[in-house]
Amino acid sequence: MRAFTYQRADSPAAAAQAVAATKGAKFIAGGTNLLDLVKLEIEVPTHLVDVQDLGLDTIEETDEGGLRIGTLVSNTALSAHPRVRRDYAVLTRAIQAGASGQLRNKATTGGNLLQRTRCSYFYDTNLPCNKRQPGSGCAAINGVSRQLGVIGTSDKCIATYPGDMAVAMRLLDAVVETVKSDGMTRSIPVADFHRLWGDTPHIETVLEPGELITAVTLPRPPGGRHFYHKVRDRRSYAFALVSVAAVIQPDGTGRVAFGGVAPKPWRVEAAEALLPHGAKAVVERAFADARPTRDNSFKIPLAERTLAGVIAEARS
Amino acid sequence: MSDNEHFSVSRREVMAGGAATAAATAIPVASARAAAEQAGQVPTMPVAFEVNGKKVELNLDTRTTLLDTLREHLKLTGTKKGCDHGQCGACTVMVNGTRVNSCLSLAVMHQGDTVTTIEGLGTPDDLHPMQAAFVKHDGYQCGYCTPGQICSAVSVLEEIRQGIPSHVTEDLTGTMQPTRDEMRERMSGNICRCGAYSNISDAMSEVAEG
Repeated sequence: MRAFTYQRADSPAAAAQAVAATKGAKFIAGGTNLLDLVKLEIEVPTHLVDVQDLGLDTIEETDEGGLRIGTLVSNTALSAHPRVRRDYAVLTRAIQAGASGQLRNKATTGGNLLQRTRCSYFYDTNLPCNKRQPGSGCAAINGVSRQLGVIGTSDKCIATYPGDMAVAMRLLDAVVETVKSDGMTRSIPVADFHRLWGDTPHIETVLEPGELITAVTLPRPPGGRHFYHKVRDRRSYAFALVSVAAVIQPDGTGRVAFGGVAPKPWRVEAAEALLPHGAKAVVERAFADARPTRDNSFKIPLAERTLAGVIAEARS
Repeated sequence: MSDNEHFSVSRREVMAGGAATAAATAIPVASARAAAEQAGQVPTMPVAFEVNGKKVELNLDTRTTLLDTLREHLKLTGTKKGCDHGQCGACTVMVNGTRVNSCLSLAVMHQGDTVTTIEGLGTPDDLHPMQAAFVKHDGYQCGYCTPGQICSAVSVLEEIRQGIPSHVTEDLTGTMQPTRDEMRERMSGNICRCGAYSNISDAMSEVAEG
């Protein structure tokens, strides 16, 4: 681990200013992903700005009937909130499908959106990785890619966004609220928050340097039955091979998003419109542009079968 | 200066040399910091918190994890270092009553916090009920993961009592019950290489049933 200086910020704008003003500075909240990467020197911050004192750890009702989730609300607290359990169950299900109890107690809402990929080549500093070291190449494309992306990837990177919570947030049309170093705030739909890798896989979100997530807002509850089915190599504490987040209405229409397959939660509105026609129709449309590797082409039929299971359960 | 401090200085010097080489070839590190690191002057900060009911005040390299602080600075070696990356759960302690991986947390982030380690749960003469149940049910073989398992097990029962749902909870709005399935799911962040899981489950069930 390289040396770094550390400070605790006392306001969101001050935190944003501190990170923007110091080259190599980063925010730290729960730290469960960042410190792992700092130990491996995949992340090499020169200065950490701790945001734990900012008071952004509450969940409030919005005037529109939704919820505003402070960025520092832990995964555990968010998943256990009575309104989330009752009205946004897909979010509770998704959060509880990820990580371990210890990690969920520390991991924050904003930090979880920024979780970096778990591609093993990103983690192996002996091998090239365009995300870790831009321009060095991608060892994964011709490597062991069973866990990696099948759609939205590029010739430069086939990593996935690994998280579960964001898949549910994408399904719920959540909006990310931020503050920049000049004090300006903005709202970013989760749909637009993560970037596809393209030629710059090291740039993972639309956040500007020093821009701090302050909250995530959920619109009114979508009703329907909520599902988060995650398929993985172990029954607990493992990243998704494929996950399906869905809200299914009594008439068979609904919403679907997929996790573990792309650089971002993968939701195609034109595909979910085909839900009444069954899983095959939805997955054929959602994965029409897929470019799987030989190792991970199984993810597309797996997505179809997982969604078929969700639809069958919704009808039961 | 203790032996431990001698050791950390020499290690720092080695690391500083490595950092300087890397800075010259690839990574543009802030030059003042690189110079400070080369000179062996790494950033340190004071921090004060409570561990097992005792106040502690330390001046630490900012990089020091809560785990290394407990083991190397406070000599509370009950908490174990397994993977040091949040994957095995051997380092599990409670911070402000909540279980966390102490390896993935910086000590300087814990100003004013209350930390409970395995040493704070019970003593050989006055075991915590979960410690006694682990002994009774043989919930370990080598014992290395055991402090983390016990801190986690105590927290799991509390999390169920608080009504926090899990991946295997069927009715998210109902009352949580300490079933075997619930406890097994909630303990998945604690790995036991010896495979004492079924005995750990027995120990937890006994404590849950009171």
